[in-house]
Amino acid sequence: MADTPITIREALSAALREEMRRDERVFIMGEEVGVWGGTYAVTRGFLDEFGEKRVRDTPIAEMVIAGAATGAAMAGLRPVAEIMTINFAFLALDAIINHAAKVRYMFNGQFTVPLVVRTTTGGGKQLGATHSHAPEVIFAHFPGLYVAVPGTAYDAKGMLKAAIRDDNPVLFVEHSTMLQRRSPVPDDLDFTLPIGKSDVKRQGDDVTIVTYQKGLEWSMAAAEQLAKEGIEVEIIDLRWLRPLDLEPVFESFKKTNRCVIVEESLPHFNVGAEISAQLQEHMFDYMDAPIKRVSAMDIPLPYSRELELMALPSADKVVAAVKEVLGG
Amino acid sequence: MVTNLETSQQIDDAGIDLETKTLLEMYWQMVRARRLDERTWVLHRQGKIAFHISGIGHEGVQVGAAMALRRGYDYAHLYYRDLAFALVLGYTPREWMLSVFGKEGEPTSGARQMPSHWSNKKQGIMPASSPVATQVPQAAGMALASKLRGEDRVTLVSLGEGSTSEGDFYEGLNWAGVHKLPMICLVENNIYAISVPMHLQMAVPNVADRAPMFGIEGVVVDGNDVLASYRAIKEALERARSGGGPTLVEAKTYRPVPHSSDDDDRTYRSRDEVEEWKKRDAIKRFETYLLDKGILSGDMIEEIEGRVRLEVDEAQAAAEAAPYPPAENALFPVYAPADEA
Repeated sequence: MADTPITIREALSAALREEMRRDERVFIMGEEVGVWGGTYAVTRGFLDEFGEKRVRDTPIAEMVIAGAATGAAMAGLRPVAEIMTINFAFLALDAIINHAAKVRYMFNGQFTVPLVVRTTTGGGKQLGATHSHAPEVIFAHFPGLYVAVPGTAYDAKGMLKAAIRDDNPVLFVEHSTMLQRRSPVPDDLDFTLPIGKSDVKRQGDDVTIVTYQKGLEWSMAAAEQLAKEGIEVEIIDLRWLRPLDLEPVFESFKKTNRCVIVEESLPHFNVGAEISAQLQEHMFDYMDAPIKRVSAMDIPLPYSRELELMALPSADKVVAAVKEVLGG
Repeated sequence: MVTNLETSQQIDDAGIDLETKTLLEMYWQMVRARRLDERTWVLHRQGKIAFHISGIGHEGVQVGAAMALRRGYDYAHLYYRDLAFALVLGYTPREWMLSVFGKEGEPTSGARQMPSHWSNKKQGIMPASSPVATQVPQAAGMALASKLRGEDRVTLVSLGEGSTSEGDFYEGLNWAGVHKLPMICLVENNIYAISVPMHLQMAVPNVADRAPMFGIEGVVVDGNDVLASYRAIKEALERARSGGGPTLVEAKTYRPVPHSSDDDDRTYRSRDEVEEWKKRDAIKRFETYLLDKGILSGDMIEEIEGRVRLEVDEAQAAAEAAPYPPAENALFPVYAPADEA
């Protein structure tokens, strides 16, 4: 069956629809998911196909969206809860982190929480500091919760289907500015991608770039520019912040001996901090230059266009970082 | 200052049609929970255990409510004060002692979770988080699951009156009301949220007065009357089963002991107040009722107390003799295996 180029939005929609048809325990709840078809139109048409029992518009109540979904999951259903932006998920941290992530451990494996919390992340749309940060890393801090950060339509579909089928709670993070990005995706109903596997998105011998989601876009654009100057970067897309798969990173680093980590998170205690620590711990003998991080600046994200662009990473910033680790 | 309902010395048995055997089981469960709780305080004062959060004083409402449920079928999403409730549902004194000592063989968490965080899937006891009231939205989700599956299972969620100041309480009950979920929200009102009295938690005289804002039934019951509590929960259960939606049941009671082993209640209330409430103690009242009815006798009380003491002694001895879990147990079970779904 030929792979069809579709958008990330279409990929997410297809994954949800296929899994809801496959398993009647799967249902959707969240703000605007029903009549309106989702804030980002991912669930458009779902209410007609699956009915209001399985496509549930909720009140504006993050604690109910995450908390009741956690309860329903413990009681044997497989909810997909939608929270409008990850910045609003702070209102539901107890349900997601204190409960969904920890309950299996705390109660000796008696309870599983087959819950997916879908949410969007990221800046670039002039929505200010309380809509637009990319704080996925906070959620990845805690054992028991998987954190998915797909950056292509192919990954989005395969990872979401895997997340829904898995018995562990998953925070599934979608970038709000990337939903129109298009790539070929298998039509196969059983297409899933393994949980916790990173992916080499570009091969190169000079510098390893480790990134995910929006960072993947900036890095790919930077790679084009750098290639014109004869610099070939290898790009590793983490795809999951937990489980974190660094084997391809280590393998790449053995070859390049240089690394730049690109992400939209704030710099303090971010993904780059973790990966830098692991590289020096495991790959010290291969290291030829200090590891460089490209992230958002250490400020609340501003509203005005120019200010926002100043605060966010960019392809140019990635190019500069790559040249820096090459000693340029 | 006593701000709670002035509960009577009587037991209100109107409409109650329970067998003698059941009434005696209720009495035994109340005594059993009390003695086990008292022993746990002693163990803490002896320095043998780290922490205790007590249910003393709440045995009436808890035993009444638990006996009204279909044990092992309805979901009970309990809070930390519900020792008597959990015992009625099948939790054992031995399990309790293993839990407070943090010993190997503690069945519900493998001693990974602190005591009084109840859970037992087979008994329908669902686990809660520690920040108060977070169980209310979760319970609504469980009730939704039952409704979607077409079962007549009801979810009871319990909490204290202080917890009703949390946003989760409002979000959860609002949503349960919108969808008429088969749910009972039981508030065990003992007037104090640790040290903060009820009049600093809310401007209404009764927690149940808030029910109309959720479009659900609100009921106030004397929580020191086991039979009145039983009846209130039974009625709420029938309402939930027949599609009438959730009920907010407020049981007025009192905690004559500190909130937990970490506070001294002499700093926030008078001894006179505590003594006044002890006169209305749920166990004493039910005992007098049963004696007056000729259901209970002095000899029977002695036999029950002896049986309970033996069970508590054995539970404590077993826990003290049990080993601690191997340290490696700390490393699992964080994740569900990939092939479980």
